[in-house]
Amino acid sequence: MLLQAAADGSIGKMGAGIGAGLAAIGAGIGIGRIGQGALESIARQPEVAGDVRTNMILTAAFVEGVALFAIVVCLLIAVA
Amino acid sequence: MKKFFFALSTAFLLIFSTTSLFATDKGEPEKFNPGPFIVEHVIDDYGWHITGSGDKSVSIPLPVILFDDGKPVVFMSSKFHHGHCAYKGYAIGFTPETKRTIVKLTENYTGEIAPLAEKLGVESPEQMSGIISCASIIDISITKNVCSLLISIILLLWLFLKVAKQYKTRENKAPHGAQGLVEPLILFIRDEVAIPSLGDKYEKYFPYLLTLFFFILVNNLMGLIPIFPGGANVTGNIAITGILAVITFLMTTFSSNKNYWKHIVNTPGVPWFLKFPIPLMPVVEFIGIFTKPFVLMVRLFANITAGHIIALGVISLIFIFGGLYGPALGYGVSVVSLLFYVFMGLLECIVAFIQAFVFTLLTALFTGMAMEEEHEH
Repeated sequence: MLLQAAADGSIGKMGAGIGAGLAAIGAGIGIGRIGQGALESIARQPEVAGDVRTNMILTAAFVEGVALFAIVVCLLIAVA
Repeated sequence: MKKFFFALSTAFLLIFSTTSLFATDKGEPEKFNPGPFIVEHVIDDYGWHITGSGDKSVSIPLPVILFDDGKPVVFMSSKFHHGHCAYKGYAIGFTPETKRTIVKLTENYTGEIAPLAEKLGVESPEQMSGIISCASIIDISITKNVCSLLISIILLLWLFLKVAKQYKTRENKAPHGAQGLVEPLILFIRDEVAIPSLGDKYEKYFPYLLTLFFFILVNNLMGLIPIFPGGANVTGNIAITGILAVITFLMTTFSSNKNYWKHIVNTPGVPWFLKFPIPLMPVVEFIGIFTKPFVLMVRLFANITAGHIIALGVISLIFIFGGLYGPALGYGVSVVSLLFYVFMGLLECIVAFIQAFVFTLLTALFTGMAMEEEHEH
């Protein structure tokens, strides 16, 4: 019965949905920790707010890039 | 300057005046299908779709340029009638393997494709792979992405030639007009990207870094405008980001010195057993040469395409709900949907800038790292 469900591709699509959700969790946790570090640093030393902000946005872009690899793979499974 | 812009816009309008907007009109409205709707707006296309759907769609046809066995074949994509017809033996692929490419049919047929299915005795055009010939054609058509690239090139050239001339005529005066728009960005790239990564050799690479940054930024922003001439998903096309990544790879490799290759083959500071019997470290470093530009390509592609898909999904919610319980629910959802779309649109503007900045920064960083001199760790 499991093999039959796997044959018409629907378990694959469920896997794609779960994968996309996990990617979102990963991105959320990662960027949350970046924000935590940045806010704590600004709170300790307000003069470096500008530098910290630039680096925070840069690092967030990297973490989000990784999450989007997972999204691209899930999209490929879902539509092709 | 005014004359140049006037001439350019006249030329542009003349090109498009020879084609005509065409709209087809048939029976009842079709059910809204969000999957194909989203996919059609994110990928490349042979005509520029403006509005309408199904049989009542309005689009600007773009020229199809093919090289079949060395002979050039040129015609407007309106002859394809949104993929329903073949023209002179060419058609947009109708089987699952040839979807969205132009195929050559075994006979020089001009007319609708669907009736051919009945003649050959198959149920749908998707099974008619028999009439597709194996001839390979070189397809260099002006598709939606190519047209949008040309528009953004014209926009960039106009902006920067104007600003450059303003700098020459306004020597020693404060920046004025478009200079005020462009100068902070150029100084930002110089002070945050070029000098920290490339040191005092930045002037050789600075023009390319600026070109890269403004190219990606303008194309990202143009993708966010919903109507012609914006709205083509240029930087979300993996071929375009792939070429930018290849150029980054070539720039890194050709400006590398012996120190760079020494770090790859014999990384200093790493224990010997990772290098000697089984060269783990050199293999990892060698793969790293290729994964770094590859990651650049996928990052830009995925970010921009994901943004477009979210925006399209939010708008298609309106039509899904409208089709479900009646138009009143559709109108209600459209208020929420539009607010969310405005929020996502602002986020996408920030993402457009950040992605352009990150691509440029990493290109400069990789080039700078390849040119590093020997220093103590």
